[in-house]
Amino acid sequence: MTSSAQPSPRKDLVRLEHVTKHFPVQSGFLASLLNKGHIPAVHAVDDVNFTIRQGEVFGLAGESGSGKSTVGRLTLRLHDPTSGHVFFDGTDLNQLNAEEMRRMRARMQLVFQDPLASLNPRMTIGQAILHPVTIHMSDISKAEQRRCVLNILTAVGMNPPESFYDLFPHQISGGQRQRIVLARALVTNPELIVADEPIAMADVSVRTLLLDLMMNLKKEFDLTYLFITHDLATAKYICHRIGIMYLGKLMEVGDLQDVYSRPLHPYTQALLAAVPVPDPKKRRTQELPMGEIPNPIDPPSGCRFHPRCTIAKKICSQEEPVMRELLPQHIVACHFAEQFK
Amino acid sequence: MPVEILYSIRNLDVEYHTRGGDVRAVDSVSFDIRRGEILGLVGESACGKSTLGKALMRLHRKPASIVGGQLHFDGRDLMALTEDEMRTVRGGEIGMVFQDPMTSLNPVQRIIEHLTETILAHEPNTSKKEARLRAGKLAEKLGIRAERLNEYPHQMSGGMRQRVMISLALALRAKLVIADEPTTSLDVIVEAKFLDLLRELRQEFDLTILLITHNIGVVAEVSDRVAVMYAARLVEIGDVGSIFANPKHPYTRGLLHSVPNITLGDIELYKMEGAPPSLLRPPTGCRFHPRCPDVMAICKRKNPPLQKIGSDNQVACWLYGKEGDA
Repeated sequence: MTSSAQPSPRKDLVRLEHVTKHFPVQSGFLASLLNKGHIPAVHAVDDVNFTIRQGEVFGLAGESGSGKSTVGRLTLRLHDPTSGHVFFDGTDLNQLNAEEMRRMRARMQLVFQDPLASLNPRMTIGQAILHPVTIHMSDISKAEQRRCVLNILTAVGMNPPESFYDLFPHQISGGQRQRIVLARALVTNPELIVADEPIAMADVSVRTLLLDLMMNLKKEFDLTYLFITHDLATAKYICHRIGIMYLGKLMEVGDLQDVYSRPLHPYTQALLAAVPVPDPKKRRTQELPMGEIPNPIDPPSGCRFHPRCTIAKKICSQEEPVMRELLPQHIVACHFAEQFK
Repeated sequence: MPVEILYSIRNLDVEYHTRGGDVRAVDSVSFDIRRGEILGLVGESACGKSTLGKALMRLHRKPASIVGGQLHFDGRDLMALTEDEMRTVRGGEIGMVFQDPMTSLNPVQRIIEHLTETILAHEPNTSKKEARLRAGKLAEKLGIRAERLNEYPHQMSGGMRQRVMISLALALRAKLVIADEPTTSLDVIVEAKFLDLLRELRQEFDLTILLITHNIGVVAEVSDRVAVMYAARLVEIGDVGSIFANPKHPYTRGLLHSVPNITLGDIELYKMEGAPPSLLRPPTGCRFHPRCPDVMAICKRKNPPLQKIGSDNQVACWLYGKEGDA
């Protein structure tokens, strides 16, 4: 489980181009009258661009409210973007009709944080995993479908699979439940897994095994991960590249090693410095940014981080910084990032 | 500096009476909280750490109860106090900060009212004006600006709400604050600042803090000593430096080595087999033995007692026991 093993360069599996998602706070005729046609909206994601290469683990990190989960859902077209395009394997997902999208969905799956909430309490484990099989692989026989389920149970380490088939989610442990959720996601042979905080609920002693399993499955099934997390320490162990989000904006993207060893954005620097280190000899001494993440309904002008930034100058509140490739493959949106090169 | 014991806990047993049988969530736990220290209490979910925290204030109601043990706080036997007497200890001498400040604050009460009401309830001789003045001063020290005192809890961010919670504990000049996962609902930057605040408050208010958390990084960041719980029992306690540098109990070792460390290079994380046991039917002997890489015959039969090791640490493991050769 190391992040140093870089995958060989392969095609771009996912590409987000100027993706924006605004959620209107109120809607309807009366609201538009009251607000004179301008309906306030949560700027969840604003003009986000990045690509995920086939076979890599792309991390998306940020604090709560940064829009990272919304990006995950936009990637799968569980939300339609307000503007911009999401390409999966070269296809613009927004051009697909419902039937085409349904078929496309077999190639991409989502794993959530809370496995208990993701599983129907009245469905057995076997039924839960069989469900996507009956939708996406309806052409094979019942016996073959069951064999698919048993095989995938074995692959996620639930041995012997038959003994778990008829159990209900409440009868197994939290770590095992997350394995079931992974199994259900993998049973249709997807290429992309969007994992939204997949281990955040698990206990420390169970996490490592889950991460290890995810990485083994990646190899075995040739998967690509979009790994959404607030935990930068965990991301370090599994991600090849990482994007840092703040208030709906992507602030910095690059190879994980580059971003961690030489963070170019002041926000990334603060975020990395704030991670508690499990070593009492390395207590934090750095100053931290003031205040807290502002309201996404009315985000700050210019650079969204400027009210909290220690190096902010006048231009930061007036002009929004564009994404620039300051170092090879290392992109940052900050007016004054040169000094950190 | 001489060690002064603020709270001495001996052989504490807490049980939940459930339909499936009695669950002992805290099993014969003994330790001391020293005056002026930040003691970190770590363990995974359902190891009994929160139950222990509540038991230290005798907060349990049915179906849970303290079924045995002694609690000596600041020279008094808390088990001997009546419920009325206990009420003055809660808040007045021992304050508590919970994980989710939103469910701990009254949504229809302004922040200032929370503070003045708390002060007036415990100190009825104080005038309303005086209480307001005190509340204002305290809030300022905690970084809550005066104009924000008139806001309601929902208008504040998570970090601010947590500051309000701790100001409630400090409003009555509590000697001990039990903080149960105080930073778990906070983002990292806010969390780091809250930890800074805890350190400052300890200095300024001569405070003792029991910090209950599952986050090993948080414990390393602020505590002086650390206590480790596993399956309702205390397995190791000692100063934070020596335990992190040289953990004695195999569980502590496994736990510390499975935590991702952002400052280290590519080091393999430790993979602990299995999962914590159900307390309904805990394993015999040492409760960690089914997952322990160093398990011996005696571990399956006998529960290892907590014993002194090194200058100031204690561990419950047969690897270091006199009967370890059995």
